[in-house]
Amino acid sequence: MPERDHLTVTVQRGGPDTPQRPQTFEVPAYDNQTVLDVVSWIQQNTDPTLTYRFACRVGMCGSCAMMVNGVPRWTCRTHVSKVVKGGAIEVGPLRNLPVIKDLAADMDPFFDKWVAAEGMHHPTRTREDEIEAIDPVASDRQEANAGIECINCSVCYSACDTVAGNPDYLGPAALQRAWTLYNDAKDADRDAILDAVSGKGGCHSCHSMGSCTAYCPNELDPLSAIAGLKRATTKRFFGGRKG
Amino acid sequence: MRVDRAHPLWLAYILHRLSGIGLALFLPLHFWVLSYALNDAARLDAFLTLTEMPLVKLAEFGLVFLLAVHFFGGLRLLALEWLPWSAPQKTWAAAAVAGSFLVSTTFLLQAI
Repeated sequence: MPERDHLTVTVQRGGPDTPQRPQTFEVPAYDNQTVLDVVSWIQQNTDPTLTYRFACRVGMCGSCAMMVNGVPRWTCRTHVSKVVKGGAIEVGPLRNLPVIKDLAADMDPFFDKWVAAEGMHHPTRTREDEIEAIDPVASDRQEANAGIECINCSVCYSACDTVAGNPDYLGPAALQRAWTLYNDAKDADRDAILDAVSGKGGCHSCHSMGSCTAYCPNELDPLSAIAGLKRATTKRFFGGRKG
Repeated sequence: MRVDRAHPLWLAYILHRLSGIGLALFLPLHFWVLSYALNDAARLDAFLTLTEMPLVKLAEFGLVFLLAVHFFGGLRLLALEWLPWSAPQKTWAAAAVAGSFLVSTTFLLQAI
């Protein structure tokens, strides 16, 4: 049994039309309990008006990220025992995004920036052509593989102080996506990617604080991906170009 | 909600920024004092006697600390952004640089 039979949970409530305010709940404590379990318990047993977002509950969909004790986390895979401080936890909506209501953040700016960073496929062939054979051990492929497990949870975007200070900054997830596609042998327009990430708010706005890599729940490394884009854009500026 | 940022890379970032600001504030004062070497040597000598004060010695230590932190922080940033190394490679490179400094500084201290 845990040391206490109850957790003190402070939840940030409110949205664009109502002022943000903290509300405290007492929630039964169990040995095995995730932060999402705690939020769901409040919504199901104490206050059905509490708004939050989740879908898969197994760390695949990227829906349930929230601020937990000042750190953005995927709440479905975050055990209370790992984050609880003195029997209390504080939960809030993701930072750096507009709040829809309570714990649900508006992800639109995050996904808009994926598109702005040219995080879309530029095909090399049509459906009439043979499928291109890809060498799985090629160094480009290894670079691309490093970033493909991103689940779009926005933890990195929420952790980044550069995003907080510069609304134009594309953010770690979008830039990592751009780097992944830049290294993809099946992507036909690498120049478009470098154009998209070398302008205002692009990869050169990154201050290498590393919060993206420190807090990525899938242990990806957007910091190194952004450094890759910085090298690629600089190389292109000085005339070197990747084939 | 208070944001918790205290991970090593962020601390290295903020240390680099704060040491940079500290050095930028010091530089005008530094050049102002140096200008006495050209214009008023006696006044420079009088000023330099201040360096015997314990508080000034402590401040000098702080200055060298800021310089060292900013220098190595800059090297760290250059390596981080421009060398596509793996994490173990970076650790070994940092260990090699630290080891070289230790050996060469020991050599220097013995020589003087």
